[in-house]
Amino acid sequence: MEFLKDPVAFIAGLLQNLSAALNLPPAVESILGTVIAVVVVASFGLVLVIPMIWVERKVAARFQDRLGPNRAGPYGLLQTFADMIKLITKENITPDGADKVPYNIAPVLSVVSVVMIWAVIPFSAIWIGSDLNVGVLYIAAVGSFGILSVLMAGWSSNNKYALLGAFRAVAQLVSYEVPLFMALLVPILLAGTMSVNGIVEAQSYGWFILAAPVPALIFFISSVAEIGRTPFDLLEAESEIVAGFHTEYTGMKFGMFFAGEFLHAFTISVLTAILFFGGWRGPGIEFSPLVGFFWLMAKGSAFYFLVMWIRTTLPRIRIDHMLAFNWKVLTPLSLVILMLTAVLDKVFAGDPLRVPVLLAANVVSLFVTLWLATSVSKRQQKDLQTFPTRPVAVPPASEAETSA
Amino acid sequence: MTPLQVIFLITAAVTLVAALAVVTRQNLVHAALFLVLSLFGVAVFFVLLEAEFLAVVQVIVYIGAIAILMIFAVMLTRKVASDDTVAANRNAGWAGLIAAGLFFILVIMLSAWSGFYTQAAELSRPGVDTADLGQAMLVELGEHLVSPQAYVIPFEVASVLLLAALIGSLVIAWPRIKKEA
Repeated sequence: MEFLKDPVAFIAGLLQNLSAALNLPPAVESILGTVIAVVVVASFGLVLVIPMIWVERKVAARFQDRLGPNRAGPYGLLQTFADMIKLITKENITPDGADKVPYNIAPVLSVVSVVMIWAVIPFSAIWIGSDLNVGVLYIAAVGSFGILSVLMAGWSSNNKYALLGAFRAVAQLVSYEVPLFMALLVPILLAGTMSVNGIVEAQSYGWFILAAPVPALIFFISSVAEIGRTPFDLLEAESEIVAGFHTEYTGMKFGMFFAGEFLHAFTISVLTAILFFGGWRGPGIEFSPLVGFFWLMAKGSAFYFLVMWIRTTLPRIRIDHMLAFNWKVLTPLSLVILMLTAVLDKVFAGDPLRVPVLLAANVVSLFVTLWLATSVSKRQQKDLQTFPTRPVAVPPASEAETSA
Repeated sequence: MTPLQVIFLITAAVTLVAALAVVTRQNLVHAALFLVLSLFGVAVFFVLLEAEFLAVVQVIVYIGAIAILMIFAVMLTRKVASDDTVAANRNAGWAGLIAAGLFFILVIMLSAWSGFYTQAAELSRPGVDTADLGQAMLVELGEHLVSPQAYVIPFEVASVLLLAALIGSLVIAWPRIKKEA
């Protein structure tokens, strides 16, 4: 029971007993505790990637009406290990003329920028790596490191296609950061704090999805674009640009990009759950922090399923459509919704009407945007349909007589 | 030697070496990447000074936007790393002399200040205990940015400046529609 009430304190107590028995100085014991905590938080995501890749392949297979990996181990559970062994034993090629230092740092930076996000994610009410009071902004800042790693990878490969792929990737990533940041501002507005745990605790009266569905949608769409998943996966479309910025990467370096991308996908699912769906909140969290942890992982997995669902269903968007969608639809919509939320939140502060009014404002702005977008596209389509009249093919008269 | 001082010394060394590398490297992309490293060092300094908001904004604005734009511009130029470009020009000697002189003047003037030899006091606000201090200072920063008695006018002027830059870039990049004769 003691263990269930607070597992971390229990383990810390065990550590203290151990160090007292071994007569270690107290500084060593505290440093050891901190190091163990850091290792656990940092490797939690990386260890989670291993079953997640299996889940991804199985779910994608079921969407496509096939079985997925089922040879390596029961139900294909050891498939990820087989993939890892294959990647590790592959030859590590550095292309001729490549810049050695950025070439080797880029995959590491890409994974590091995702693992750094896990430092501020609250696994439960009392479990959080580091409760920064600018946590949400920190998450936004760490995303910039991933962009830098893409640029470094594309440039140092000494390959024109990799460089072109890197430019397109950075254009997409930097463009979709704008609505992402503005959609991130709305939960900060509603909660009154930038601390991630503070946002989860401010959702005790109701999840933010009720008061801000449109920012949740914008956040989700922009995050899917940020991680480079279908329908935004022009960054690595094999039919388009060989393999984009990671063309020249083989073996474990490619494995780092690969694992980093999967981890990033799960991370944004967990972030959506935290910012808009109550994070670790749920029935039964008074019993143990483990229940909060379970709720967070369940919500994160639900959104990860949504990400996989979108991936296996929708086709790829062209680069000009993608950027037009961002700058002409998402950015104005996120600006308008941010201003509306700010004004209405202050006008109706403390009023029980606050959430319904915000919800109504969201729905109205969404419909207005969709109406504007469809009317503009209809007008563009009408402008396009100025074909010269072409002769229509008519079957010869004899066939018409025999069929009549 | 407190751990904070050790971290400060390491960060200062890394930042200064990176800044030196920015101006002495022949390969422009390497110079830009070293600039990213020195900007990150400055962000670490902000954290050491208990200004986490500024540190995060430094990373977002400088590294996430400005440095990436500079790297883009550098990558799109033709002669990025050739052996005949020299990193220093004829006036390097005079520039070094003036920089060293300024450095010594700064050090002499600062050492006449009493705070040069004492450790900085912990930040505090009356009526706020240290656990909530970060949040309280953030709220204070936000209030100062929009308060008429504080910095609302510079804030608005900066926004107008950014708007002017945005419109200017649009004007420059607008496609010129050539009318058929």
